[in-house]
Amino acid sequence: MIKGITIILLFYFLGECLSFLIHGWIPGSVCGMVLLFLSLMINWINPHSVQPVAGALTKNMALFFVPAGVGLMTSFDLISKYWAALLVIISITTWLIIAVVGWLQETMEKKNI
Amino acid sequence: MSDLIATVPFMLLLTTGTYLLGNYIYNKSGISILHPILISIITIIGVLKWFDIPYEVYAEKSSLIDFLLGPSVVALGYTLYEQINYIKGKVITILTSVLVGSFVGVISVITICRLMGVEECIIASLEPKSVTTPIAVSLASRSGGIPALTAIVVVVCGIFGSITGPFVLKTMHIKSKVAQGLAMGAAAHGLGTARAIEMGAVEGAISGLSIGLMGIMTSLLIPLLEMLFR
Repeated sequence: MIKGITIILLFYFLGECLSFLIHGWIPGSVCGMVLLFLSLMINWINPHSVQPVAGALTKNMALFFVPAGVGLMTSFDLISKYWAALLVIISITTWLIIAVVGWLQETMEKKNI
Repeated sequence: MSDLIATVPFMLLLTTGTYLLGNYIYNKSGISILHPILISIITIIGVLKWFDIPYEVYAEKSSLIDFLLGPSVVALGYTLYEQINYIKGKVITILTSVLVGSFVGVISVITICRLMGVEECIIASLEPKSVTTPIAVSLASRSGGIPALTAIVVVVCGIFGSITGPFVLKTMHIKSKVAQGLAMGAAAHGLGTARAIEMGAVEGAISGLSIGLMGIMTSLLIPLLEMLFR
């Protein structure tokens, strides 16, 4: 357990270091994700030592968005001013991305590209 | 009373407690609009308003939960490793799909905003809306947007995408697990991934990969498209 936590934190920190080197162009957490993946691929890290912690964290990811979501209460003014535009943009573009990405991937897989 | 309410233990309890309550209602009712995070956020805002506690106090006391978002993104590296067999031979198609998705996402935001006559700083705040929070916020401030608005829109988009995404996939008869996961992660980042994990292990892992790719590609595309269209 502690080993798993330490490994995740180590890669988060290494990710932050890499992010710093590239001037924050990609955030530390995403860099950490890539570094952890690569280390597992070349057998640097034993997958069994990260499995319990990684599983617990990813299964409950939605919970970690709650504090940011509560931030809604600070932006009521901005939201009430632009609510119509926000509603249209959020719904249309979100559906568009899901449709385009899903359809393209499915089509390419069927045609064995 | 508010001395007791505005403490770390209570704020953490409020956050995980309302989330569990949300999960319970969501599972019992089977209504997908009652997303656990939505119930949790609304209840917390209600409690804070009732006791007249400013958001800043809540954000400070509950920062542990906010922090865990970072490690959970790192942990997706493991999920991806676990499902690596599903990606083999599909690298090119995955990269193409996400690149097109990112392009469509940014262009559609700019186009709709123009049509509706939205101000430039709002456009800049909305462009990175399908990207994970830390990337989106830095992209918005880089292109002259309002980071606070971006942070909110990203979460709202995530909730919206994770609720409606499965319907869109169903309507379009998208059956491939890779395509489903990729679409959820590309449109609704971590919240889409949380939903994709419920759909299955493969969908979840691919969705995690999609968050990273979408973030990287959007970071590259926004400056390029801004040069052309703004």
